[in-house]
Amino acid sequence: MKEYRTISKIAGPLVFVEKTEPVAYQELVNIVLFDGTIKRGQVLDTSDDLVVVQVFETTTGIGRDSGVRFTGETIKMPVGREMLGRILSGGGKPIDGGPEIVPEKRLDITGAAINPYARGMPADFIQTGISTIDGTNTLVRGQKLPIFSAAGLPHNNVALQIARQAKVPGSTETFAVVFAAMGITKEEANYFMQDFERTGALERAVVFLNLADDPAVERIITPRLALTTAEYLAFELGMHVLVILTDMTNYCEALRQIGAAREEVPGRRGYPGYMYTDLASLYERAGMIKGLKGSVTQIPILTMPGDDITHPIPDLTGYITEGQIVVNRDLHRKGIYPPINVLPSLSRLMNLGIGKGHTREDHKKVSDQMYAGYAEGNDLRGLVAIVGKDALSERDRLLLEFADLFENRFVRQGYDEDRTIEDTLNLGWELLSTLPVEQLTRIDRDLINKYHPKFKTGAMKE
Amino acid sequence: MEVKEKKAKVAKQGVLKRIAGPVVTAVNLDAHMYDVVKVGKEALMGEVIKIQGDNIIIQVYEDTSGIRPGEPVENTGLSLAVELGPGLLTSIYDGIQRPLAVLVDKMGNFIERGVSAPGLSHTKKWSFKPLVKSGDNVEPGTILGEVQETNIVHRVMLPPNVKAGIVKTIKSGDFTVDETICILNDGREYPMIQRWPVRVPRPVKEKMNPTIPLITGQRILDGLFPIAKGGTAAIPGPFGSGKTVTQQQLAKWSDAEIVVYIGCGERGNEMTEVLTEFPHLEDPKSGKPLMERTVLIANTSNMPVAAREASVYTGITIAEYFRDMGYDVSLMADSTSRWAEAMREISSRLEEMPGEEGYPAYLAARLSEFYERAGLVISLNGARGSVSVIGAVSPPGGDFSEPVTQNTLRIVKVFWALDAKLSQRRHFPAINWLNSYSLYLEALQDYYDKEVSPEWNKLRAWAMEVLQKEAELQEIVQLVGSDALPESEQVTIEVARMIREIFLQQNAYDAVDTFCDMSKQYDMMKAIKLFAEFAYAAQLAGVSPAQIIGVKSKNDLPQIKFIKDYKPELAKIEKQMDAEFNALRSAA
Repeated sequence: MKEYRTISKIAGPLVFVEKTEPVAYQELVNIVLFDGTIKRGQVLDTSDDLVVVQVFETTTGIGRDSGVRFTGETIKMPVGREMLGRILSGGGKPIDGGPEIVPEKRLDITGAAINPYARGMPADFIQTGISTIDGTNTLVRGQKLPIFSAAGLPHNNVALQIARQAKVPGSTETFAVVFAAMGITKEEANYFMQDFERTGALERAVVFLNLADDPAVERIITPRLALTTAEYLAFELGMHVLVILTDMTNYCEALRQIGAAREEVPGRRGYPGYMYTDLASLYERAGMIKGLKGSVTQIPILTMPGDDITHPIPDLTGYITEGQIVVNRDLHRKGIYPPINVLPSLSRLMNLGIGKGHTREDHKKVSDQMYAGYAEGNDLRGLVAIVGKDALSERDRLLLEFADLFENRFVRQGYDEDRTIEDTLNLGWELLSTLPVEQLTRIDRDLINKYHPKFKTGAMKE
Repeated sequence: MEVKEKKAKVAKQGVLKRIAGPVVTAVNLDAHMYDVVKVGKEALMGEVIKIQGDNIIIQVYEDTSGIRPGEPVENTGLSLAVELGPGLLTSIYDGIQRPLAVLVDKMGNFIERGVSAPGLSHTKKWSFKPLVKSGDNVEPGTILGEVQETNIVHRVMLPPNVKAGIVKTIKSGDFTVDETICILNDGREYPMIQRWPVRVPRPVKEKMNPTIPLITGQRILDGLFPIAKGGTAAIPGPFGSGKTVTQQQLAKWSDAEIVVYIGCGERGNEMTEVLTEFPHLEDPKSGKPLMERTVLIANTSNMPVAAREASVYTGITIAEYFRDMGYDVSLMADSTSRWAEAMREISSRLEEMPGEEGYPAYLAARLSEFYERAGLVISLNGARGSVSVIGAVSPPGGDFSEPVTQNTLRIVKVFWALDAKLSQRRHFPAINWLNSYSLYLEALQDYYDKEVSPEWNKLRAWAMEVLQKEAELQEIVQLVGSDALPESEQVTIEVARMIREIFLQQNAYDAVDTFCDMSKQYDMMKAIKLFAEFAYAAQLAGVSPAQIIGVKSKNDLPQIKFIKDYKPELAKIEKQMDAEFNALRSAA
């Protein structure tokens, strides 16, 4: 392999190399330092006279005397069944002291788009045991449902609880977990690892760790390695895979850093204009394929800078993912766990995975009715602050109480509390029965007669 | 077209000089703007978008990883065109009209590159019935004959860009799209297929002002903010506010004869949903599967960005083609923001001077050119057809002041403003009734008078007035509570609540409520108006607002939505309301 010593410029994570032979776009590059250490990078721009290389590690130590080797291939990831139970670095090297991965296959980490025509329709209800997700923002296999959180909130606990409890009722298959950490602290990483070990989840997990002090640019490839692994496990080995990506905000920061180093025209708040397309190339790697057994379900976690849901990172994410679970500071302050605010939360694929044959026929309407009641009750809180509770009509007073009940009974649950979907829906009915029945305009009478605690068959006789 | 094909033969080969993402530079290439080129050894499809001295700048419709400088570039000399002919309906294409089903056969479940696939099947035979005979004069656009494509009759036309002539031979029987079905006296031969460059609007004889509403079965749209056949509408909204559900509802239930649905830079799973659902849904008019009238274009967010840019043009060209046959076509583009972003991405790779928020300065021009391709027209053959365009817009942060929303609003006539607040309380469709508007109301008045009821226009105005009044009253209620309002206004608040919850809210997932025809809309609104009249009269007679709000029979009104044969039930409720109010009035 030819080694070039024609570096002309080094700026941030970028290395500019002159007068090379034709180099392929996205080709993997090794840069050899004077002491023999090798740093890896990727070609971002290639032409006859200049090649721009993005280095995944720090550029410390790279000088104009460093050697550049073009490997002639794009970045490939060695994958194999043995990966389960292993801990790898953000660059894909084992860091658990174990042996190198024996590859069964080497796959391109960019991953091709699933042909929309080949996609299977996600419709298998995943029971997470968390009422605010199962009942009102249902997750299904093959969905990408991010957690929108902010600094200081227990999003990690929520993610862990999902990873631990997720199952498809009636199916004995467990989920394999692919966990990719991008720029999180060692302490946070330990927290995840301890929980994985405590629950034995590590055996069926593949962990990629890019920590806060690891090179920022490496974060660009960490999720791609994780998703390549997930696709392999799902579509070649037939497993159901749950991918947790945390924290996407750090990923986007790395993207911005490279954009700035390349002196690109920035989009909103300095993030590159292609961030939507770039994020989509990650998030869209969730789904199912017709005729294949496995599935890739994604739970990316991101922290909203300044709790601002209109910030480009949550905004672009929300436009790509199939809904979002929003973790809320006010609920957290009230001491409610999990502090999921259902109002801005959403699951777009919910309707495919609920109802008769999936969960229960009343699911959709109970959920809608609770939403409507909670939204109205929540609005009334503002009014009460001004006019006092006494000025409220009877109808409004009940709605106000419903909102409190909803938060304390439906939202609040234990970190290890695993509610079945039946429990969740029955709880919903119990709360709705505190409202006058004629206010339940979103539920048809048949369902009321069947499930409403005061009306269901047998209730009258008692 | 003949001219272009000759040029294709002299096209030269060039050499790649630079690759940076989807934009590449070639040299030594004889090229014109928007020529389609084949890039690299794998012959990836691309299009010339800039010429700078010897440098030809090309956007590539496929992933460019692994391509090197020095690889060949070949100019086809043709512009990006779609194949038009029998076989379009029920198809699902990517942004450059490659059938996705064929791609699955050719390259498996994932989209690899370097595979070309024609838009139409060139082997399938269609039964062609001629409508002209030998000796007839034919002009551009003349309908030569028919093919029963699905339950839709495909009218095979003479291409719009050729000279008139006299038919020498016209065939009848089973043919592939490439076989000649018509020979003219001067020797020109025509098959069923025609190719049309996507960036050029297909010519028409005359554009007319729209006067007929596109009935969508969605109460808030048909009832309050209608769009006309041949009209344009925009649905802007933050994520999660229900753009896609609204678009899909329109694709399912609007009374267009042909539907073109463009999933432009959106989610793969959503397209799957459409693909799985449509074949099972019935067109309320014909009773045939909805898929039979639908053409889908799916260029999801992770498919190449340049093909996303092209997808919108591919879609509208197909829509125009069916319009020329005399059909009412509705086109949904979800989402035009992703299309604009594709333009921005390409533009920034070209290092063009950016306009507002990094979008290219020509954003407004491109948007208006696109929406202007909608319209009610007399086509070249004299048939009356229309293309209605409904574009979803995804403003960052839900902020309507951003460039794509603003430039779109300057062009479109109907604005359906989605509101995250409404969707959070599960008020669907989450279209804000105060911010939305339709500029077609006046043009459509006659239609409503004749086809629905002479009362309808007045009833609509009344409902809007109540909703407007409620908004004002709510501001006071927020400060002092509803008990502090005068009694008549407490009634108004109740009536407005009924309009919102009964009329405006509609459940897209309920088998009955998902589609509501105009006469049911009229009956529902009339029932609410009836309640209002009873209520105001009772209030004047001294009945308290609490008693009025407590009227039991009105609580049954929402159930009307879910009943197919609702008339007997509605009559019963109206009777009960009358009785209850009578009792209240005599007690007061």
